[in-house]
Amino acid sequence: MSNKLRLGVFKFASCDGCQLSLLNAEDELLALAEKLEIAHFLEASSIIGAGPFDVSLVEGSISTEADLQRIKDVRRLSKTLITIGACATSGGIQALRNGASYEEFVRAVYPSPEFIYSLDTATPISQHVPVDFELRGCPVNTKQLVQILVDHLHGRRIRVPNHSVCRDCKLSGTVCVTVARGLPCLGPVTQAGCGAICPEFTRGCYGCYGPAHQSNPSSLMAWLSGHQHPVEQLVPLLQNFNAAAPAFSNAAKELQERARP
Amino acid sequence: MSTSRTIRVEALTRVEGEGALNVRLSGDQIEVVELNIYEPPRFFEAFLRGRPLEDAPDITARICGICPVAYQMSSVHALERALGVEITPEIRQLRRLLYCGEWIESHALHMHLLHAPDFLGFASGIEMGQHFPEELKRGLKLKKIGNQLLEILGGRSVHPINVCVGGFYRPPKKDALLDLLPSLEWGIAAAADATRWVSQFDIPDFEADYDFVSLTHPDEYPFNEGDMLSSRTGSFPVAGYEQTIQEYQVPHSTALQAHKVATKSSCHFGPLARINLNREKLRPIARQLADEVQFPTLCQNPFRAIVARGIEVTHAFEEAVALVKAYRPVKSVRQNYELRAGEGAAATEAPRGTLFHRYHVDEAGKIVSATISAPTSQNQKQIEVDLKAFLPEYLSLDNSAIGHHCERLIRSYDPCISCATHFLRLTIERSDVS
Repeated sequence: MSNKLRLGVFKFASCDGCQLSLLNAEDELLALAEKLEIAHFLEASSIIGAGPFDVSLVEGSISTEADLQRIKDVRRLSKTLITIGACATSGGIQALRNGASYEEFVRAVYPSPEFIYSLDTATPISQHVPVDFELRGCPVNTKQLVQILVDHLHGRRIRVPNHSVCRDCKLSGTVCVTVARGLPCLGPVTQAGCGAICPEFTRGCYGCYGPAHQSNPSSLMAWLSGHQHPVEQLVPLLQNFNAAAPAFSNAAKELQERARP
Repeated sequence: MSTSRTIRVEALTRVEGEGALNVRLSGDQIEVVELNIYEPPRFFEAFLRGRPLEDAPDITARICGICPVAYQMSSVHALERALGVEITPEIRQLRRLLYCGEWIESHALHMHLLHAPDFLGFASGIEMGQHFPEELKRGLKLKKIGNQLLEILGGRSVHPINVCVGGFYRPPKKDALLDLLPSLEWGIAAAADATRWVSQFDIPDFEADYDFVSLTHPDEYPFNEGDMLSSRTGSFPVAGYEQTIQEYQVPHSTALQAHKVATKSSCHFGPLARINLNREKLRPIARQLADEVQFPTLCQNPFRAIVARGIEVTHAFEEAVALVKAYRPVKSVRQNYELRAGEGAAATEAPRGTLFHRYHVDEAGKIVSATISAPTSQNQKQIEVDLKAFLPEYLSLDNSAIGHHCERLIRSYDPCISCATHFLRLTIERSDVS
């Protein structure tokens, strides 16, 4: 029996991109494998290890009855459970079905809807089991992912900066796209971690790391809608990869209510 | 009286996304082969309706974290057709360069971490690395260069942020591309070496008479443009895709599958199809490499796809070097357009096969309807047909050995189950957590 920590990687409803972010740590992967035993990682290994796991990374949201049970099993078998990515931390893009007509959605995609077994919502992991740490992002940042694993290996408390993307733009000297180009940007209310890449590529932030700590998206939306940005443009900006994060969904609701005649 | 036996691979491993396999035998008769996908449905085509058309490249990218660029490319080309947007040669070249990054990243991942361990008898790429450290390191380095190219052009490698309808938000920085040039040049030779390495693997002796389908282009190995070509029935236009190939839902097989409308027969998409149909369009070093490793003129062995991927990675590096050397930055790589009601379709070559998109948009710029056919759903029927032909030779083995051989065959298609948004679930059995 090795004294390595046993790692489990589990996927629920998602695109695989956050797990891939671990395999994208090309320079660190082999060093990590020296310290961590990859006990369960279907995408990477044919060994399907049983629990318990010292640390589990969970990607994806809960959208089926079976997954509702499976996440409880994963939690029971995991000493530390870390959710990775927007799907796992806020429900992801598929949470757009929440509040929509689910049956109509199924009919729109599948000719024989009776074969579909799925819940009418996609929800974050923390809604179902206690989560030890949530790493945000659509996708997560490989450097942050490696950092939290290394911190965990060394027994340090896991943490990542929770300030806004806006601050990272100022630090890197990126010209503000809202001020200079008049573009709507969620940078002031979105958690940092991506490296503030969208403004760097002259487009507004679309919030893929979810609401920043103590941010006020409603206030930003009121300002933007008062400055020639139509509600039909602002609502979809909030309703994408973190649509179900409360701060974003509340701000979208307020905008829609205000726009109602 | 014959006995009946069921073989079930509960969780396919080393594939992207999650699926299972069911095989039912009666004596030595194969009754049922089902590739079961328990990936939950995510309803992309439903929630795209009513959204601004500009959202399509970012949203459809989230169908698949391994091939987001393919989704971005098929969506922008289809929407540009709907809007009547003509892109400039500069935009076209940058899109090819971006696609090179994804082919390199995705193929290098599949070759080294997912597929090669099968031929060498390891459970994972990492385990393989203990015995083949140099080969694994070379593979990871190739993959990393693909990711770096994606980062320079797209801002990040998973779900790049720089692609938009009409082109790119910002042209890439020339310095960054030139800095990467030595790595890209190294990549040509390293990818060729990796191809020589995998071409020596002990490849199972299995062939099938396939109907290969891929894009084809008069002057180039296909990425973003061209007509569709079928090895059996010839070329057909992308605009009329569904008249030739259609998706359908079948209760027993748990998925939307695709077949030829006329014959109800399966098709084979992906690197084998591309190379069989477009070999003479490969760049010179890749083409020479294909000859050197004696890649058959018509390769009908799905396991040999690992060699085809190596040749395609070599080609993608050659292409990238040529494009970077020719790169002259222009001020804008984004075409303006007027909104109008319309309809447009596009097919591009994702690493694992043709990805087809069709959109209807209204005069306000909202998506009215979206149709997406992912390569894995298009290949699924072919995989089941293959398994039926492949299995008889292994029936004397025990269930777990048969399951192992089936899994190898499935893996050779590099299925991306997350991609297959249509895939649904019939059985709700899981055993990967006990």
